[in-house]
Amino acid sequence: MAVAAGKAARVASRLRGGGSALPGLVVERLDPRFLTHALADLPRGVVVVTGTNGKTTTTKMLVAILREHGLTVFTNPTGSNFTRGVISSMLAEVPLSGRLKADIAVLELDEAHALKFASAVKPTHSLLLNVARDQLDRFAEIDHTAKLLAELAEQTTTGVVLNLNDSFVSRIAGRVRDGVKVIYFGVDPSIADRLPELQEADVRFEDGFRPPMPTAADGLLKPYDERSFEVRFGSADRVGPMVLKQRGLAAMINATAAISTAKALLGNDFREIAGVAALERVEPPFGRGEVIDADGQPLELVLVKNPAGFTVALGTYGNTPVTTMIAINDNYADGRDVSWLYDVGFESLRDRGVALTSGVRAFDMALRLQYDDVAVADVELDLDLALKRFLTAYKDEPKRIFCTYTAMMALRRNLAARYGLANFGEDAQP
Amino acid sequence: MSGSHPNSKGRINVVHIYPREMSIYGDLGNTRALASRLLWHGYEPVVHQHHPGNDFPADAHLVLGGGGQDSGQARVQDDLAHNAEVLRSLAADGTAMLMICGMYQLFGNAFITVEGERLPGIGILDVTTQGNAKRMVGPVVLETAYGDVVGYENHSGSTQLAPGQRPFGTVKSGMGNNGSDKTEGAVTGNVFGSYLHGPLLPANPWFADALIKLAVERAVGEPFVPGRIDDELADQARTRQVRRLVR
Repeated sequence: MAVAAGKAARVASRLRGGGSALPGLVVERLDPRFLTHALADLPRGVVVVTGTNGKTTTTKMLVAILREHGLTVFTNPTGSNFTRGVISSMLAEVPLSGRLKADIAVLELDEAHALKFASAVKPTHSLLLNVARDQLDRFAEIDHTAKLLAELAEQTTTGVVLNLNDSFVSRIAGRVRDGVKVIYFGVDPSIADRLPELQEADVRFEDGFRPPMPTAADGLLKPYDERSFEVRFGSADRVGPMVLKQRGLAAMINATAAISTAKALLGNDFREIAGVAALERVEPPFGRGEVIDADGQPLELVLVKNPAGFTVALGTYGNTPVTTMIAINDNYADGRDVSWLYDVGFESLRDRGVALTSGVRAFDMALRLQYDDVAVADVELDLDLALKRFLTAYKDEPKRIFCTYTAMMALRRNLAARYGLANFGEDAQP
Repeated sequence: MSGSHPNSKGRINVVHIYPREMSIYGDLGNTRALASRLLWHGYEPVVHQHHPGNDFPADAHLVLGGGGQDSGQARVQDDLAHNAEVLRSLAADGTAMLMICGMYQLFGNAFITVEGERLPGIGILDVTTQGNAKRMVGPVVLETAYGDVVGYENHSGSTQLAPGQRPFGTVKSGMGNNGSDKTEGAVTGNVFGSYLHGPLLPANPWFADALIKLAVERAVGEPFVPGRIDDELADQARTRQVRRLVR
């Protein structure tokens, strides 16, 4: 009954072109045990991917690797990383019996919802990416976020994959249940000096904690240049070289996390050739460097939601400066406090300036840029008007938009209508 | 480097205390804003960062502090106690200071945790903060001596002003010190405490320039001679927030 009602709501909300979580909400209300029932007895278990940055990209990469190995994988690809988003995407695939037919589930969940999910379904594996300042409205403090991840690790039954270089995460090793296997992903010591640009400083008291020495089960990223890299396991074993479609160090670290987790899940079934082929084919998820053809010129959409993410994005795209727009909203999903913009340095935009700022906090963004001596040509609060002006005034050149979550959703709807793009959050199938 | 910039109207020492531990909500933006505005007004800012364990910089003309999480607050507690006398005498001598959120609480008499434990502050502001289970989070508009001031609060401590202690402003929208008496922040002499992030100074340039005036007069012993700054973006950002939040 709940499944049928949810399926109906799913069809209804698609016809309306509405959000992806509504059908899940319907089922969550009608049958709170839906999740437990649907995910029971998947032969290869239930994997939860969480952390502040890189959830969507890493989930996508891990799913691609597993599918390349012939597994049927259930996932929540819409970036709808609350429990009811998971239920919504599940409704497309469960028969009316309510039991999911898949080998394994790989689910992206935000830190708070990962715990809520674990109270219904104990994950067999969890992949904990990192802890950074994000949406302090909701999580209040970094220490609290770290605690949520540790509690998820405690509830995981078989294996936990941890970020070796993020001390908020690596120290969680001491919190897992007896018999649960811990492996790590991280970076090769030769590039450790690049980590501060990605990470939050841990200002807690010294407590004698030292991250463990990596073993042959742990994957370490070794880049060759800005695009190509390999992942090393111990001194003999390596996966790569490979080149991703998505640029930047953060994407390579996500790939390292995905490969390390896939190896742990697949054991002797893991095939290097399949892992590399899958990763090299993964398209950047929407808003994470997705490129749209706008009247014959590339338009990149880059989601920014916290200081670490925005800093990484500016670093990643700084090598190829193009005409830039920045759209900042302050709805709940964006983070209502825009103070974090002052923890990002915008000097890399100084040479070319910024064509346009937009969104509810367009003037705050322009003001922020003024304090870094970055010229702003125009401010337009209305996103649709701003987009139209941006596309028209800079028609014959490559363009880039940095945007917060709800600004991205609004821009995407507009762009989808204008250029006939795939449905929201779904990859165009060839 | 020694000697002032040739065209500078004077050198101003700005000290940001505990930037690593206590600046989680973009409060470094206050320091950035003051440094930029000093430059635009024709003065030469010299920014010192004070970290726990280091000697406190001499000749501070303006002292800034921000908000942190509990672990950061614990980390600076000893150093603050160690430098309490220096800070108290600077304050008594008329040095301008701006303390946001966590540092505002530590500049008060005490912070009393939910469990009833009393953590002493350095007592420059006559306020006492009680830990709370409930957080006060959201955008804020104040009425102050510097006009409408906008910002963003995010604190679990509930602060009471002692009788006679002046607040920084009156709450027009938001919670303020405690959510009940409409006061926000505290002012004693030239020392300002407030819960407002945002950060506070970029969008409220009149208040930023009031702090600069105090610092300049102390540093160069002459009246503040402002330069011309285009504050159109700040004014737009601020008035839009006021219009959204106050009806």
